[in-house]
Amino acid sequence: MFTRFDFPESSLFSDVRRLERELDDLFGGGTTWSSGIRSLPPGTFPAINVGSTDDQVTLYVFAPGLDAKSLDIQMQQNLLSISGKREEPPERGATYYRQERFRGEFRRALTLPDDVDPDNVEAKYRDGIVEIIVKRRASAKPRQIAVQ
Amino acid sequence: MNTQNKSAVTSEGKAGTNTNPSQRSGTSESVLRPAVDIHETADELVLRADMPGVARERLDIRVDGNNLLIEGTIGIAPQEAMAALYADVRSTMYRRQFVLSNELDSANIAASLQNGVLTVRLPKRAENKPRRIPVN
Repeated sequence: MFTRFDFPESSLFSDVRRLERELDDLFGGGTTWSSGIRSLPPGTFPAINVGSTDDQVTLYVFAPGLDAKSLDIQMQQNLLSISGKREEPPERGATYYRQERFRGEFRRALTLPDDVDPDNVEAKYRDGIVEIIVKRRASAKPRQIAVQ
Repeated sequence: MNTQNKSAVTSEGKAGTNTNPSQRSGTSESVLRPAVDIHETADELVLRADMPGVARERLDIRVDGNNLLIEGTIGIAPQEAMAALYADVRSTMYRRQFVLSNELDSANIAASLQNGVLTVRLPKRAENKPRRIPVN
């Protein structure tokens, strides 16, 4: 599974995307509506939220029940990829009524804004969320220009 | 076993009526439905639910009569100035409900939470466990 998307830093685009998603949800996968070429079906594992400030881009990867050591996070320029595996052998001799939870290998890649610093990335795993902080280069931060 | 269909969950979490005490934030926030696995062994039923971001103190499991309610809140606190670039998860609240059957011993339900995965063990009453009948 290889999924990739990027996002423009414009709230108009994210609004459009959100509307797309809501229409998808409403009409059950959008059989008649066209979807974005990089949009992901709802429920793709792991879910990811991305937020940004002037200093950094923060990713929250919703990946419960993983061994942190099995996670592979890589950064190439501004392309961040995260892969891993969630293995839970089924209980032997048990009867399963529901198996909705994801099992197996996953991989997701994201194009981050251009000004991120690939050498300045931190990640931690807590309560099933991988939080990845990517710093932005100082030159990209907005500067106040003093008027002479 | 799940009594609530998706639309019921959504409408419950939506705004309009702020009488719902478990609605903690936002007025237009919907409720996330955690993915679950349920299996049965000779002694118990085991429910596992994915609730990433929920710490122990933000988890609420209640048994009311025959009803098992699981609720949790995501505890990540993004910085004030953070702008959302992309969001798969658009709510901070998980909720799911199940109807229990009578042969389960609801007084002895045990729950544990590890790395965002909740495990609820629902033991069967002793008289309902399968017994092997010895043949003489």
